[in-house]
Amino acid sequence: MSDNELLKQIEQLKAENATLKKVLNDYKSNDEYPMSLEEYRRYGRQMIVESTGGVKGQLKLKNSKVLVIGAGGLGSPCLPYLAGAGIGQIGIVDNDIVETSNLHRQTIHDSTKVGMLKCESAKQVLNKLNPHVNIITYPVRLSYSNAFDIFEGYDYVLDCTDTPLTRYLVSDVAVNLGLTVVSASGLGTEGQLSVLNFKNVGPCYRCFYPTPPPPNSVSSCQEGGVIGPCIGLVGVLMAVETIKLILDVYTVKNFQPFLMLYSGFPQQSLRTFKMRGRKANCKCCGDEPTITQNAIESGEINYELFCGSRNYNVCTPDERISVELFESDYHTAKKDNNYILLDVRPSHHFNISHFPAAINIPVKELKDMNGSFEKLKERIPNVTEDSEMLVLCRYGNDSQIATRLLKDQFKMSDVKDIRGGFFSYIDSIDPSIPKY
Amino acid sequence: MVKVKVEFLGGLDVVVNKVRVHDINLMVDNATLRDLVNYICNDMITNPNDIEVFIEDESIRPGIITLINDTDWELEGEMEYELEDGDVISFTSTLHGG
Repeated sequence: MSDNELLKQIEQLKAENATLKKVLNDYKSNDEYPMSLEEYRRYGRQMIVESTGGVKGQLKLKNSKVLVIGAGGLGSPCLPYLAGAGIGQIGIVDNDIVETSNLHRQTIHDSTKVGMLKCESAKQVLNKLNPHVNIITYPVRLSYSNAFDIFEGYDYVLDCTDTPLTRYLVSDVAVNLGLTVVSASGLGTEGQLSVLNFKNVGPCYRCFYPTPPPPNSVSSCQEGGVIGPCIGLVGVLMAVETIKLILDVYTVKNFQPFLMLYSGFPQQSLRTFKMRGRKANCKCCGDEPTITQNAIESGEINYELFCGSRNYNVCTPDERISVELFESDYHTAKKDNNYILLDVRPSHHFNISHFPAAINIPVKELKDMNGSFEKLKERIPNVTEDSEMLVLCRYGNDSQIATRLLKDQFKMSDVKDIRGGFFSYIDSIDPSIPKY
Repeated sequence: MVKVKVEFLGGLDVVVNKVRVHDINLMVDNATLRDLVNYICNDMITNPNDIEVFIEDESIRPGIITLINDTDWELEGEMEYELEDGDVISFTSTLHGG
């Protein structure tokens, strides 16, 4: 390299160094102002909304620590707004990995992140969105034994989980630590949102729901389906509530317990219901609480037992066959169809993909026949009590219940459940069939 | 007789032929919410297997929130609340998905 070229290179490096120093200076706060110049520019549009309190409000956001439990349908639309608003520290608890079936609603993730931990995937996006925010990830499943350690040090908790069990746990731990919870949920085209244990005087989850729902009435997004923007909107509402809490828009004086209900179909509506206050007899936040930190951490409060679970295992091993056996002994062997293949999924599931020879009677419809063979015959004209019948559903749960009904109520003698259902068949035998 | 509007939200409309909003004329004097709930069980829910989706131990099933004119029924006297013309009674399932 010639001297001239070297000198030119030195000049270029000097200029680059000066630019970088200027950028760095921009990010540094100085004694004169409480935030860096870059932060003033970044949060300007929000600070000039008068009700935020300007710089004072922005500093409240900057000094806040918010814990988001679940980076799924609710967490993923909520997180970018929290980070964008400049909340100082955001914790994300989620041990799930990104799956293709999440991406229609969990749009913080993307197709290149399939297989990655959701909390890490979200962190990557949020770090790029706002480098001023400290993102902490907890790739664990929230449990009675780790919840207190994780919650400690946070100011607010956002419940973006998906089961009654975790919802009771989040609320119980938050009450014991005096934390306000923003709690939301969604399914299908609807969503709900509430602020719980507000400043340790508002009602908690147990005040609203002292008795858990029967397990067979609880549906998940995987089971019941969900429209992305419907649950997404509720996640965004959570961010609004969180910002309001931090900015002290709610006070002990003006706070009224509420439950918001968003409906996406047929006409969109957002309603706010006035709810009960804290209940004196609440086991967690009432006058004589039994759900204490000690009782939770020792495992004395049995959340599994309290919430219960559905029992699908109602068939004996000889009443079930594997998908491999179904394929070799029935599907390919008996092309003449001298057995009945009954698919008990809901019709709108069945319509997505199914075996050409399958007859569709949803398990609910089967139940509603109350064992009437006449009614069964209306749907399957050639059926007799001795017919050989194989039953399948999506995962092999409802098909067991249907098998039990057919044998016990309809008195059919030769009914078998296909273990693992249609999806297990697709996974093990024929991956060319669409799975949803 | 009392004229009220009854709503089944949060997917609870499955028990009433998937119709979310119903206008009801209840032919009972001094009708209470209990009379309306009985009417729903006897005259609106057509499939007897669906009653357990709505009722448990003679009350509204846990996990269903009952609202009287957009207010938690607990603040309004629950089953003993006396219905008035134009009341909106809403039942909504609690959602758990996230």
